[in-house]
Amino acid sequence: MLKTQTPILAESPAAPPKAASTTGRDLMIFGGLLLLLAAAPLVLYPVFLMKVLCFALFALAFNLLIGYVGLLSFGHAMFFGGAAYVSAYTVKAWGWTPELGILAGTACAGVLGAVVGSLAIRRQGIYFAMVTLALAQMFFFFCLQAPFTGGEDGIQGVPRRPILGLIDTTRDINLYFVVLAIFALGFLVIYRTIHSPFGQVLKAIRENEPRAISLGYRTDQYKLLAFVISATLAGLAGATKAVVFQLASLTDVAWQMSGEVVLMTLVGGLGTVFGPIVGAAVIITMQNYLAGFGEWVLVIQGAIFVVVVLLFRRGIVGELAAFLGRRT
Amino acid sequence: MNLKTWLLAATALGLAGAAHAQSGDDVIKIGVLNDQSGLYADISGQGSVWAARKAVEDFGAAAKGMKVEVIFADHQNKPDVGSNIARQWFDRDNVDLIVDVPTSSVALAVNDVTRQKNKVFINSGAATSDLTGKACSPNTVHWTYDTWALANGTGKAVVQSGGKTWFFLTADYAFGHALERDTKAVVEANGGKVLGAVRTPFPGTDFSSFLLQAQASKAQIIGLANAGGDTINSVKQAEEFGITAGGQNLAALLMFVSDVHALGLKTAQGLIYTDPWYWDQNDNNRAFAKEFAAGNKGSHPGMTHAGVYAGVLHYLKAVEALKKEGKNESDGSVVVAKMKEIPTDDRLFGKGTVRADGRKVHPMYLWEVKKPSESKGPWDYLKLRATIPVDQAFRPLDQGECPLVKKT
Repeated sequence: MLKTQTPILAESPAAPPKAASTTGRDLMIFGGLLLLLAAAPLVLYPVFLMKVLCFALFALAFNLLIGYVGLLSFGHAMFFGGAAYVSAYTVKAWGWTPELGILAGTACAGVLGAVVGSLAIRRQGIYFAMVTLALAQMFFFFCLQAPFTGGEDGIQGVPRRPILGLIDTTRDINLYFVVLAIFALGFLVIYRTIHSPFGQVLKAIRENEPRAISLGYRTDQYKLLAFVISATLAGLAGATKAVVFQLASLTDVAWQMSGEVVLMTLVGGLGTVFGPIVGAAVIITMQNYLAGFGEWVLVIQGAIFVVVVLLFRRGIVGELAAFLGRRT
Repeated sequence: MNLKTWLLAATALGLAGAAHAQSGDDVIKIGVLNDQSGLYADISGQGSVWAARKAVEDFGAAAKGMKVEVIFADHQNKPDVGSNIARQWFDRDNVDLIVDVPTSSVALAVNDVTRQKNKVFINSGAATSDLTGKACSPNTVHWTYDTWALANGTGKAVVQSGGKTWFFLTADYAFGHALERDTKAVVEANGGKVLGAVRTPFPGTDFSSFLLQAQASKAQIIGLANAGGDTINSVKQAEEFGITAGGQNLAALLMFVSDVHALGLKTAQGLIYTDPWYWDQNDNNRAFAKEFAAGNKGSHPGMTHAGVYAGVLHYLKAVEALKKEGKNESDGSVVVAKMKEIPTDDRLFGKGTVRADGRKVHPMYLWEVKKPSESKGPWDYLKLRATIPVDQAFRPLDQGECPLVKKT
């Protein structure tokens, strides 16, 4: 997959020569990461790793919006959880195969993203965040009340059917590699988006929107498309998570989930390519290994958030990159 | 939660991780999965962990050459958290048995995971009668009580003493729905009428608007299809609104002795509820309560804790029997089959059986909360109103729609 992608990226006419070298470096890092992840189940518990991957993809999708367009969405749980419900429901109630369920969930998140995005992108800054939060809360209460979501119980016991009729997903290790492939696909889509001419325009909008308008770009369309891509990929992450955990519940659509993804992105590094992956890994590991503290995990997360904001604002990956940049 | 509890939890998790490499098949691992910090922490929580450890000790596992470990975790009353922990316990930490699991939605999720992994699940804390009905599993035993038994006990008694019209305040999740459904059936079968119901968010703190709806319905009885902190809050607020003083009566469909303790007798007096186990019922129970209080800062055990104790004890007996026969005791469905085969006998519930659908049956009792003047001191709260014999206490085997029960 990497080999086929690299030439396309190198040929990209808009990519300046300097960007081509960082592209090569980034993809090498990503290749190394994939190798590491492929070997990880030998040491770590596959279900835990799948959770990390799902949340990493979710954070990557979120980062596309905040890191590259400068839009802070506070309602991404709506896409993540909405897709989780759709994929869980189609697989459980309609007997669809997991890949179809994931596609259905992802598509629904995309449609939802188009609707929400077309409303939300009319405003910037805090108003944008508030609009997305308000719509996400409406969606949360819809999920609480709608009969098909099962209310507080969620949709439980989603069967793990073979994927494409071939891959037996009841074995965690098989499913792990499917999730890894989905994650890699999502990453490459985002990477391609960021490093395309389209991505350059997004960055221009982030830096100075009136100037981008004055250059003749219809910024609203660019922002909407970025929002839809972000929502769709967040949906892909949510739909995959529902298949992995065989469960879709209110936790996935609650506002805390929207907050968590902000935290992951900030801890990892806003606007960096790998930051969200690191951030997701850090936060999920914390949640997993500090689970014994119960609700106190939230307090610990809050403390870490404060530390990150005070001491290394660029996040783990951002600071690391800056450090390496200074040395060379 | 105090510092010691956290440390214990952290150690348990650490041990769970460390033990992964060494734990062979000869170690029996029991995971107590319940609410350690939220609204059901008093009715399950550390008390259940203590009860599980006590059962292991009383069984004399060490003397019989069986290595038994007890670990615990907090499911925060969320099905996703609960099923994740269960999955991780079974896959990674070689847990053989999960006990307790209050909160019906979580219990149903754990029920699914346990069946998939073919381990054992003994539920004591959750109420939904679906665990031995539509969702029944060859890997699950439901020990202490269920919504059918509560409805049958409290619902029938209240209708027969004149409470003909009902309005439900229902916790909006699996448990509340099941309790409302089962009680409604009992009320209507006994000639009562249900005027309406309102679903309240779970867990809730402010029940005022729902209580006003209940008041406006002019029903004689307001049935509280909720539990733990929700019940405490709604009973308190009903008193503050003068609903009870205004002639409407509350029927707390699920109460625990710790709820009465939290409410105080002044507020709770006169409430009628169904419970299979009360600490002051006989000498055995009192002895158990004394030991429990010593290990739990003076708090007294409720039916959930008793169920955990008895369930773990019965599980260990079944495992011991299988070992003697040389059968594979790590196969969950085989163990549960054995638990159904041998009669139960313990100091808290006496002799009893586990039915084909996984339902443990024993008599249920109808209790009334004492007036403050009748109580001799803290934790002396209940007086017996009626005994529901074992053959009437639980839903008849053929009415549960459990696929495990062969139709004749």
